[in-house]
Amino acid sequence: MEKILLKNIDKPEAYKLENYVANGGYKSIRKALEMEPDHIIQMVKDSNLRGRGGAGFPAGLKWSFIPKDPTLQKYLCCNADEGEPGTFKDRAIMDKDPHLLLEGMMITCYAIGASIGYVYIRGEFEYGASMLEAAIDEAYEKGFLGKDIFGSDFSLDLYVHRGAGAYICGEETALLESLEGGRGQPRKKPPFPALAGLYAKPTVINNVETLGCIPAILEKGPEWFKAIGPEKSPGTRICGVSGHVKKPGLYELPMGVPLRELIFDHCGGMRGNKPLKAVIPGGVSAPMLVEADIDTPMDFDSMAAKGTMLGSSAVIVMEEGTCMVKVAYITSRFFSHESCGKCTPCREGTSWQTRVLHRIEHGEGRPGDVELLESLCENIFGRTFCPLGDGAVMALRGALKHFKEEFVYHIQHKKCMVDS
Amino acid sequence: MLTEKTLEKIKQIQKNYHSKKSAVMGALMAVQRDSGNNLTREDMDAVAKILDVNPVEIHAVAGFYTMYNWKKPVGRHHIQVCWNLSCSLLGAEHLISHMEKTLGITLGETTPDSMFTLTTAECLGSCGTAPMMQIGDDYYEDLTVEKVDKILADLRARS
Repeated sequence: MEKILLKNIDKPEAYKLENYVANGGYKSIRKALEMEPDHIIQMVKDSNLRGRGGAGFPAGLKWSFIPKDPTLQKYLCCNADEGEPGTFKDRAIMDKDPHLLLEGMMITCYAIGASIGYVYIRGEFEYGASMLEAAIDEAYEKGFLGKDIFGSDFSLDLYVHRGAGAYICGEETALLESLEGGRGQPRKKPPFPALAGLYAKPTVINNVETLGCIPAILEKGPEWFKAIGPEKSPGTRICGVSGHVKKPGLYELPMGVPLRELIFDHCGGMRGNKPLKAVIPGGVSAPMLVEADIDTPMDFDSMAAKGTMLGSSAVIVMEEGTCMVKVAYITSRFFSHESCGKCTPCREGTSWQTRVLHRIEHGEGRPGDVELLESLCENIFGRTFCPLGDGAVMALRGALKHFKEEFVYHIQHKKCMVDS
Repeated sequence: MLTEKTLEKIKQIQKNYHSKKSAVMGALMAVQRDSGNNLTREDMDAVAKILDVNPVEIHAVAGFYTMYNWKKPVGRHHIQVCWNLSCSLLGAEHLISHMEKTLGITLGETTPDSMFTLTTAECLGSCGTAPMMQIGDDYYEDLTVEKVDKILADLRARS
């Protein structure tokens, strides 16, 4: 299969501009600059490209919400705050093929009429941030960024903004707050960022992988893109596999490849050939699936139909013998640690949930704790300001749905049901 | 007191934005990096003055993000071991207790010679090469106890 996103990743010094060009790069932006911006938006709409950050929102539609008024300053923010546990795909693009992201951003900025773009990268990715900055410097030197790029009358400045350790900044309005120099707490929507985003100006926020698809869509057309994978959820996807498989890593595959194929063909199967117990298909916010579900195709709609989500397509594989109480505890600890504190159900609920799971995990569970957890889920889900609280609930509900007896056993016997 | 070098860095960071306040995060990190990886109250207030932002807002930002080290000083090498799910499935806790034993400190502490601070981190985006840790800016991946011992010995020898 032809790769779109990781095609250059194993080539020597792919991060250099001259090598990106030699590998066919920066052709699409030249082509774009000869097109009407609206035509590009239509192409991306026609391609059915859906956001790779997690939510799967149609990218072209998002762009089309930007007002056409040419006197308004507009912004593009690339969401590179990769933090959903299990996810490590965007990092690969930024570390090894930063010009792919830059070209995607250039085309997007031209299409939406933005003259300034930011890459919001999580602070821990210092290496990726420095690679991006070096790539941006190279692009300026060559006249690919700055005034009148590629001899057109389009001018563009791109900058890197480093986060400083906060998962919540992957939520788009929290990201904007952070870019404006504040605490990364989500904003009330509406207004949506397309109308009032960065500095209250129209703003598009797209994930790294989403933007990485744009040059190929421009080059080969929406019909070509739509023909890869399911029509309503097309393209390739970078699946990041971790956990108990023989060959963890990144696999770029057409959307809709079944989990089974990913785990047993591409990743070589289970480590030590142990049976598969559970798999999280899209980062820890996505409810886990069990062995019986792994023929489900990895696309947005098929995963939703199974009651989970494709999310960031971060696949965490767990073998027989993994204690699900511990898994639930670790996941919950993460969400309570990352709760921004803005709204009560999330701030209080996730930490309460974590305390209960901690005591069950450490042999101090009390009768009624499972019911308490279920009631906490009830009181968090759908009642929080942003989806972080929902993520905490979905993760826990997934574990309780399939493995409730392990929680009950842990409480009654003060120890693990499984022999891990 | 901020040095000329730090002030120059802050000036450069400001150029990336139309708004002075947007430079807060970058400025705080520049200060921290130039001050032995630590952030003091005085330095935060100096940043507030330069960027024309109320000091309270600067403290609020420093308090919100995990990478600003203002609560207590960190040592020369700040070890952050990922203990989220993918790393935990492959033995992160074992590595943590091994390091606690080797370094003679518990999580959150710094060795008496100020060489190492040991903390945990929540998913550093390196799950395919779990278990992993970050020391300073560098990632160390596919860890084993033997690898960890060697990394710590090398850092000690280098310092």
